Amino acid sequence: MEDELGERYPRLPRLGEKAPDFEAVTTHGTLKLSDFSGSWLILFSHPADFTPVCTTEFIGFAEIFDELQLRNVNLMGLSIDSVYSHISWVRNIEENFGIKIPFPVIADLNKDVASLYGMIMPGESKTETSRCVFVIDPDGILRAMIYYPLTTGRNMDEILRIIDALQTTDRHHVATPANWRPGESVIVPPPPTQEAAEERLKQGFDCKDWYFCKKKLGE
Amino acid sequence: MACISPDGKPTESGKKILDAAKENRTSEEISITIGLPLFRVRSGLRDLMEAGYLKEDGDKYKITEKGFKSLV
Repeated sequence: MEDELGERYPRLPRLGEKAPDFEAVTTHGTLKLSDFSGSWLILFSHPADFTPVCTTEFIGFAEIFDELQLRNVNLMGLSIDSVYSHISWVRNIEENFGIKIPFPVIADLNKDVASLYGMIMPGESKTETSRCVFVIDPDGILRAMIYYPLTTGRNMDEILRIIDALQTTDRHHVATPANWRPGESVIVPPPPTQEAAEERLKQGFDCKDWYFCKKKLGE
Repeated sequence: MACISPDGKPTESGKKILDAAKENRTSEEISITIGLPLFRVRSGLRDLMEAGYLKEDGDKYKITEKGFKSLV
């Protein structure tokens, strides 16, 4: 794709498509996206090491790490900093806050991965990645993207909630309503045909109308 | 490289992978045996193969003579 100045933009990842593979230097050695095949991955970027909002986020991600592991989800961070900066920062977090950072962090000094995933928002900063979250499933498909501005730290509850919602959708072939939490009723996908619509109201779901039916899982 | 130190020798995690590969195992089996996440094992296997400590044997990994010597 080209803009009016004729500059070429890379095609950015889109939901439902294969997440672009990469090989990157991280605090846990050189990793490829394909190394995570078979498990979920949350790939997230932060603006810079040794900054306060990012520090709170790293602590937040470390705090939900065990919950993510229970859901077969790995985490990997990224910023345009060197691996030595990352190592120094995660050690500093452990010294100052008593929190060990258990996940790898990509040192994307040449912006390869950041560019591939569209993590740099030039309107905010040309030298830092914004707070992006990419949820990639065990087949390498990009399932969710969230973007936060430089000034707003992410909500870890929401990240866990998205994982729970996506995994519930995959397991039960349902959708999840606004503000859904595990254990609450889920949405039965609307019937795709007139015949199915007529049947829907006889199927014992909690329906407001033919297109709006909920059910409790396990029923 | 997390499994190879700058002097070209296997690191502690590299040695754990090599030790587990003495019995020709898949990456998943090595991950379970040594308790290292699968993504770390896959990356380590790549490093160790590049350095000649391991080779692929179908879907399993086999330690080489150089790998054996590094564990002594």
